[in-house]
Amino acid sequence: MSCRRKVLLSGAAVFALVSSAVASEFGRPATPNEIALWDIDVRPDGKGLPQGAGTVARGKDVFSENCAACHGDNGVGGIKDRLAGGQGTLASAMPVKTVGSFWPYATTLFDYIHRAMPYQAPGSLSVDDTYAVAAYILSLNGILPPDGKLDSHSLPDIRMPNRDGFIPEPEFSNGSK
Amino acid sequence: MSERNGSEIAWNRRRILAAAATGIVGSTVAGRASAETLADVPAREPGADLGALSARSKYVQIGRIPEAGPGRRNVDPADAINSKAPLQKLIGAITPSDLHYERSHAGAPDLDPSKHRLLVHGMVRKQLVFSVEDLKAMPAVSRTIFLECTGNGWENWKKADGNLTVQNTHGLVSTSEWTGVPLKFILGLVEKEAASTWMLAEGGDAAAVARSIPLTQEIVDEAIVAYGQNGEPIRPAHGFPIRLILPGMEGNLNIKWLRRLKFGEQPWMTRWETARYTQLLANGKARQFQLRMETNSVITQPSGTMQIKPGYNRISGLAWSGHGKIARVEISTDGAESWQDAQLNLPALPKAQTRFQMDWIWDGKPTKIVSRSIDDKGNVQPDRDSFIAKMGTNALFHYNAQQTWSIDQAGRVQNVLS
Repeated sequence: MSCRRKVLLSGAAVFALVSSAVASEFGRPATPNEIALWDIDVRPDGKGLPQGAGTVARGKDVFSENCAACHGDNGVGGIKDRLAGGQGTLASAMPVKTVGSFWPYATTLFDYIHRAMPYQAPGSLSVDDTYAVAAYILSLNGILPPDGKLDSHSLPDIRMPNRDGFIPEPEFSNGSK
Repeated sequence: MSERNGSEIAWNRRRILAAAATGIVGSTVAGRASAETLADVPAREPGADLGALSARSKYVQIGRIPEAGPGRRNVDPADAINSKAPLQKLIGAITPSDLHYERSHAGAPDLDPSKHRLLVHGMVRKQLVFSVEDLKAMPAVSRTIFLECTGNGWENWKKADGNLTVQNTHGLVSTSEWTGVPLKFILGLVEKEAASTWMLAEGGDAAAVARSIPLTQEIVDEAIVAYGQNGEPIRPAHGFPIRLILPGMEGNLNIKWLRRLKFGEQPWMTRWETARYTQLLANGKARQFQLRMETNSVITQPSGTMQIKPGYNRISGLAWSGHGKIARVEISTDGAESWQDAQLNLPALPKAQTRFQMDWIWDGKPTKIVSRSIDDKGNVQPDRDSFIAKMGTNALFHYNAQQTWSIDQAGRVQNVLS
């Protein structure tokens, strides 16, 4: 114990401790199968998007069953975040931040629905239905046509209207795009 | 004047001081009955039995208040998105754990530590799974750190509602001693690749709140995977069994109920770092990854809705900075015309709240009181006009303008913009 206390004196000493045999005492290797269960994040370049596809038409049904109660029938007027409209308002006294007016990446929409929605049962939508409802929300904002569809290849190619609307903090922008 | 009269006068003066103090903190005590002479003080009697937990005195009424967005106060807890700490009733610099502010995005989950795991993967040579017991067996550090919700202060962006307390305006900041494993130790265990410059931290709550964290030298050196808060396991509202602590950085980056760390070479652009915690400027562009909490302070006594009396008053408050230590706090009692140094209660710890205080004789004329803090990196808390000129009124997050309280002829203290 006294030996351990000594190495706590500085961060560098803590780091040095790891290279010894002690490292093998903590944790166990993660298996590829269990990593796949939790590895849900999606990047702007599409890395992490699962295989699947969905149409705006199917998304309208999924939205009405799972989302409209909180977000309103057309993504407007619900008790929770407004999802559509607001384009052109960001520099006004009453900005309306929605998926269409504010979100810079369509991949974020898939990631967020997949990880966190619907609020009462996150993760309950199938991958195909997640693509479908993302497609429907984009169509409400005029970003996809009514007969549009989405899959893992087309989603990262969508250019959101406010893609250039962000100024990364210089101190923390290493590697950000 | 006889000696007896002299001591009576001194005693009366103490009573006046005590009465003045009561005016400031009296709201914390219910049913105060006066004891005019020592004969009125109740007789001593045997006390309560020993127990497993010690509760607060029944004479102390103190609690957080659940609120929703700006202007949405007194809401049903089911509709609340945060719960604010009672800054006007806190003493010293540490926040008791049950009064620490709370913000969650899908409620506080009920996590069994024996079934909780931390997965560390991505750009590492060894992808590892840790149990909570694994983490507790590792070398640990403790640090006293403030956490502040990115939205703290958001009531005052566009207007000042006069009947707000400091709990309403600034209750989303708290300070605890956090204990856990230095992130650096875990980076060594998994052998993080040098090319990895970003880390995704994800919670085990229903929303799986996830933030991309830039691996700056400061963050790598100071981040903690914490399991202890103020000498006990972290409480569920604050991340039980484990959470990330990133000293000085915005609250939601300190992921609660931590279950995954993934290493990569670019940010993931999660909803929280694009659509949510970004600051919309007047020109329609939004500042992104503005992660550090700024130099800030607020007078907590006297503060909004209190009433003071002419004569002696002690001004007290809290100051904090995500840049480092509080070096100095200045107070103006004439509406920012002139400033005096406040006394700091030492030690002023880096990235922790520091209590400040100053004696003041109020002449009974309407005035305004305001504090401004300066940290050891030279950052000065801005006045409201220059802050709004820079950030506009739509930013919603990262409000650190000086807080002004107006005092009217009757001694009533009200929230004002400046």
